[in-house]
Amino acid sequence: MSAVANTIERLPRGLSDMSTVSRAIPDSNLRKHYRLDQLFRHATRAFAFLVLALLVAIIISLILGSLPALKAFGLKFLVTAHWNPVTEEFGALVPIVGTLVTSFIALLIGIPVSFGIALFLTELSPIWLRRPLGTAIELLAAIPSIIYGMWGLFVFAPVFATYVQPSLTATLGKIPVAGVLFQGPSIGIGVLTAGLILAIMVIPFIASVMRDVFEIVPAVLKESAYALGSTTWEVVWNVVLPYTKVGVVGGVMLGLGRALGETMAVTFVIGNAHRLTSSLMLPGNSIASTLANEFTEAIGDLYFSSLIELGLILFLITFVVLAFSKLLLMRLAKQEGQKT
Amino acid sequence: MNLYARRLFLNRFNLLVSLFTMLFGLFWLGWILLTLFEAGFRALTPDLFLRMTPPPGSTGGLLNAISGSLFMAAAGTLLGTPIGIMAGIYLAEFGGRGWLAPVTRFINDILLSAPSIVIGLFIYEIYVVNVRHFSAWAGIMALALIVIPVVIRTTENMLRLVPDSLREAAVALGAPQWKVITLVTVRAAKAGIITGILLAVARISGETAPLLFTALNNQFWSLNMNAPMANLPVVIFQFAMSPYENWQHLAWSGALLITLSVLALNIFARVVFRNKTPVY
Repeated sequence: MSAVANTIERLPRGLSDMSTVSRAIPDSNLRKHYRLDQLFRHATRAFAFLVLALLVAIIISLILGSLPALKAFGLKFLVTAHWNPVTEEFGALVPIVGTLVTSFIALLIGIPVSFGIALFLTELSPIWLRRPLGTAIELLAAIPSIIYGMWGLFVFAPVFATYVQPSLTATLGKIPVAGVLFQGPSIGIGVLTAGLILAIMVIPFIASVMRDVFEIVPAVLKESAYALGSTTWEVVWNVVLPYTKVGVVGGVMLGLGRALGETMAVTFVIGNAHRLTSSLMLPGNSIASTLANEFTEAIGDLYFSSLIELGLILFLITFVVLAFSKLLLMRLAKQEGQKT
Repeated sequence: MNLYARRLFLNRFNLLVSLFTMLFGLFWLGWILLTLFEAGFRALTPDLFLRMTPPPGSTGGLLNAISGSLFMAAAGTLLGTPIGIMAGIYLAEFGGRGWLAPVTRFINDILLSAPSIVIGLFIYEIYVVNVRHFSAWAGIMALALIVIPVVIRTTENMLRLVPDSLREAAVALGAPQWKVITLVTVRAAKAGIITGILLAVARISGETAPLLFTALNNQFWSLNMNAPMANLPVVIFQFAMSPYENWQHLAWSGALLITLSVLALNIFARVVFRNKTPVY
């Protein structure tokens, strides 16, 4: 400290005074920019805060809206299958089951297909084809969901009813216990059709996450496995997949979150019947399709708030699934940072 | 030898299956697009852009729906984009310390994939119920809420790609922080941020669910912001579900229009700005 003081003392007069140096820039200017900096910072922070406020507002408004139904039915709402606007008896069991079953079918088909696509894009495809093919798959996600719905109802359902459903009933329908799922009239629309269309819709989401996480596997790891004589499949199955499993599950959860909340595509093809059936071939209902169909026509407070409670349930389910997905993907990103 | 043959076979078989899954994905894309072109072109006449939505059984076009959709998408983007960009700037430039940035990032990623029908319910609950009528304003608000997370995500990602040396150079020249951000970093990331906005526009152009409870639909030409406004997705929904043939034809043409514009926006955004863009 004293050395610094000495230097200052040795400087010519005028410069030794620190305040003179800073006065070279007018004080008012500095203060103005300091204030503007603060203002800018706080403004951006306010907007970031707005996002949090938005989430809280959504949850609170949905809870407030569903209060009458919460009071009237309590927890019974979740396990009752009645849905009768005339007698004002409402239960969410049918839409909840419909949502879960369609999403489950979507994942059952979507996961292996997405894995195959990600494998193709990262290991098999020629480099020059990777980008166009990847974009083509991502375009599946860009097609608006109402288009999937229209196409599903007018094009896919008739084809499905004529060519696929009869043979499904004739083969899978014969299986002793599980066969019940595939028995029923071949009408094209129903829970199975909705699940199939959801599968097509979630493939791009799962596949692109899988592709992205497969690409972060260090080349050294894969090359070591190849050097030991592994085939491509063995490298993918025994090296790439274990390394990225957290991210893969995260991608699957992201797809699940999408499938659960999908509205228009499902509304067109699920058939909108408030019935609990053992067959996947029969019409059912999902939370989102119930809302889309009945909300604008709902009369009476209890009917209304039951629908809003359905929305609340849907939001909470997707929130948990998506939060889980995000946590897993964050864990993978962290692990990547530590290892490399 | 037996073991080698089996491993070789398993490898070939699985890679072949992988090729087929790729074709499986492309097959659906091809089928959907083919259907749209085939059914949509039939009713694609000048009338589509010049006349209003008709009553059942008579001819007409989609003018009010097209203009309503364009208007609401534009207004929703204008409303949501500044909010998204500001929040994105906070996350990228000031988000180093504290709890707000990580929590916001987390919540934003969830809102990005949250069911859009719930957004519609939310606007219905806080706005439509209070003013007691469906309106274009409500539709715009719902669309803006969908734009915000998309823009936040891309803005943050793109600002993070700007090298710190650029910021340091500007600071060393004596620029205050707000000038560094607005005149240097945001400018450097401009292309990426615009990509994000384009993707957000593409996303809201096809959204139906949030408009069902907010803007609803209008059979007539209307510029009244406090009245229901016609828009393509809801018109398609209503017309496709109807038993009238002319309505169904119009629905297909509307579907073709929406899909073509959304795909064009997506491809344009991806090709022109060759940055890595995530799917939404």
